Amino acid sequence: MDLSAINPILFIAGFLVAATPLIFAAIGELVVEKSGVLNLGVEGMMITGAICGFATAVETGSPMLGFVAAAVGGAALSLLFAFLTQITLANQVASGLALTLFGLGLSALLGQSYVGIKPPRLGDINFGPLADIPVIGPILFTHDIILYLGIALVAGVWAVLKFTRAGLILRAVGESHDAAHALGYKVVRIRTLAIMFGGACAGIGGAYISLIRVPQWTEGMTAGVGWIALALVVFASWKPWRLLLGAYLFGGITQLQLNLQGAGVAIPVEYLAMSPYVITIIVLVILSADKSAAPASLGRTFHASH
Amino acid sequence: MTDTPLLDLTGLTKAYPGVVANDSVSLAIMPGEVHALLGENGAGKSTLVKMIYGLVKPDAGSMKMNGEAFAPAEPRAARAAGVGMVFQHFSLFDALTVAENIALGMENAPKLNALSQQIRDVSDTYGLPLSPDRVVGDLSAGERQRVEIIRCLLQEPKLLIMDEPTSVLTPQEVEILFKTLRKLSAEGTAILYISHKLEEIRALCDGATILRLGKVVGECVPAETSARDMAEMMVGTVLQTPTRAGKTPGEVVLELKSLSAKSQSAFGMPLRDISVEVRRGEVLGIGGVAGNGQDELLAALSGEMLTTPGMILFQGREVGLLGPNPRRGLGILTAPEERLGHAAAPDMSLTENAMLTGAAREGLEKGGLLNWGAARQFAEKIIAQFDVRTPGPGNAARSLSGGNLQKFVIGREVLQRPELLVVNQPTWGVDASAAASIRQALLDLAENGTALVVISQDLDELMEISDRFAALNEGRLSPPRPAHDLTVDEIGLMMGGAHGMEVAHV
Repeated sequence: MDLSAINPILFIAGFLVAATPLIFAAIGELVVEKSGVLNLGVEGMMITGAICGFATAVETGSPMLGFVAAAVGGAALSLLFAFLTQITLANQVASGLALTLFGLGLSALLGQSYVGIKPPRLGDINFGPLADIPVIGPILFTHDIILYLGIALVAGVWAVLKFTRAGLILRAVGESHDAAHALGYKVVRIRTLAIMFGGACAGIGGAYISLIRVPQWTEGMTAGVGWIALALVVFASWKPWRLLLGAYLFGGITQLQLNLQGAGVAIPVEYLAMSPYVITIIVLVILSADKSAAPASLGRTFHASH
Repeated sequence: MTDTPLLDLTGLTKAYPGVVANDSVSLAIMPGEVHALLGENGAGKSTLVKMIYGLVKPDAGSMKMNGEAFAPAEPRAARAAGVGMVFQHFSLFDALTVAENIALGMENAPKLNALSQQIRDVSDTYGLPLSPDRVVGDLSAGERQRVEIIRCLLQEPKLLIMDEPTSVLTPQEVEILFKTLRKLSAEGTAILYISHKLEEIRALCDGATILRLGKVVGECVPAETSARDMAEMMVGTVLQTPTRAGKTPGEVVLELKSLSAKSQSAFGMPLRDISVEVRRGEVLGIGGVAGNGQDELLAALSGEMLTTPGMILFQGREVGLLGPNPRRGLGILTAPEERLGHAAAPDMSLTENAMLTGAAREGLEKGGLLNWGAARQFAEKIIAQFDVRTPGPGNAARSLSGGNLQKFVIGREVLQRPELLVVNQPTWGVDASAAASIRQALLDLAENGTALVVISQDLDELMEISDRFAALNEGRLSPPRPAHDLTVDEIGLMMGGAHGMEVAHV
């Protein structure tokens, strides 16, 4: 065992990358849940985004186009969920689970001819001299644009929810759809838009795995990140900054256990592989003592009854 | 006043599948007039105001505002035209602050800081103290209503619609509300006031339109019409007042000793140190503004919420740790307030619902096997004796109107010969003649030696049937007093007075 083989700078830079798919998926789901909808289909939308992004990037040679396609693919799949739950008033839990199963199958079908191909790489942003600062430079200024977008998105969602009228209306719909309806807000339309936003975010998160983190396509490669994202939203008490913290914690431990495996620590691989999930959940359970933060209409079906 | 009505409705008609909610309704309101819309539940009052507020589109007929055609497609348009509405079931968001709630109901809400200042100004002017930064979930019912009223006032409405505004207020709070409304009316704001409380309407309103089964059946000047005449126009028949012989109460059936318990829900009210006795043949009426511990008290008595031993004694026996079914076995029956989802399972048939609470006492179950034949007979007996209007016991509870389902859930408990019956809001949303028959059934039960605890927000009802009256306020129960010599003022004070409200300044 040789812990000195772990380079702390590479380690931190690595966990920022590992956390990014989770940040995208979770912040999207946070917005969906704030509007009062529980979409358990995050995993399915992520994997669909992963293959849509991968295929588009390979065909066009442009990773940025790939991310756009991933967002469109994720949002398109989420529209199916919106149709089921908002128009036909189907049960949200069942629809979400179905969406995940459907997404996994659809992506496997779409991805058949892409196995074993290397996608075009998305270059890092050139920060010029900033990247040459010792320690901080390599950690903070050697990443691709999507990673920074993810952090900006968290800040953006936080600001919109806290300071804007649009955010207030979104929270109001999630809090009491009957009251919002009585005041004349279009509950179904607002929720559908939120669901599509969540789908687009999940799609980008999935593509980040297939285009940057792993860069390749394999079936089921999102490996449960969508489920972690769902848990993260709950344990972060629907607060964007706490969500970011949880994502970094998860990303950090994922990276650490990979490094520990590499360093040959005498702990069975299975325990190491499980550790990010266990530790993230334990920490967030402790943080989330305040249970009243859940949107009061979360998961309830809205039907305008007059 | 000018000659052009502020709002003029002509021949408004709205039909839903199977029922005509409004049938050619016409009415006119002058600027500054306080106009009452009277009617039983289901008479079509709510549908009518929803059309004025743009929530429902009329099938036929026309509306005019200040002589010009008025057809709001959505509440936004109605608000822009100067219509404000205070809802019966509050349209508020518990987790948001007062200022955020108010901003949601405004078209061009200013920044929250500026809005908070406006809220303080308006609340000072009209004597409705309110702190803009408080979370609505923590407010009392009276304070919540202030939020709704101020939300409307900030829009400077020409017409203010109030849907049953006093059902959640203490008498003192009602008086203050009326002062605010009179002040608004003097400033030229017309008010459409919906209620079925006739004395209030006589005290407040300039004119009244009475609806029955969707049709206008009469108009009157309330100050010159007796409450009884208005009631008979509303109901269409002569009302029976419930009667009872009145016996001296027997031995103690229920004894609460310093009952204290935390609420099971996040925004609920804990019970604090409640001590009271209820005797055989006695009706204890418990009043109080909603949300002061009524649900919690019912849960503690029914066994849904377990309590520390020694606090609840039934016929001298400790029952605080028994669940609902063992208590049913002993003869403690309860009917909670919420009909759909608490007292009855909405998607199950009446037979199944009869089975749910009647299984033990009516012998509908043997060795774990259900006797559906007997359950159906039991359901049919309830339907027949309590005049429940339904095609048969096989219909789902959800398909019954509120009043009919209420008759069913009360009848179901009454017919199980309880030793102690606890009911919460027994006639809520029930029309006057059905309410009278439910009250009569409760009195007959007391006559036969059952001890009754009736929790209600309808003070007239409590005065009519109670032997002793007590009020819940902030989870505490006032000492019970004989009901027959209480005045409205005394009752109001027992309910907590005006909760810090003050009369309008200026």
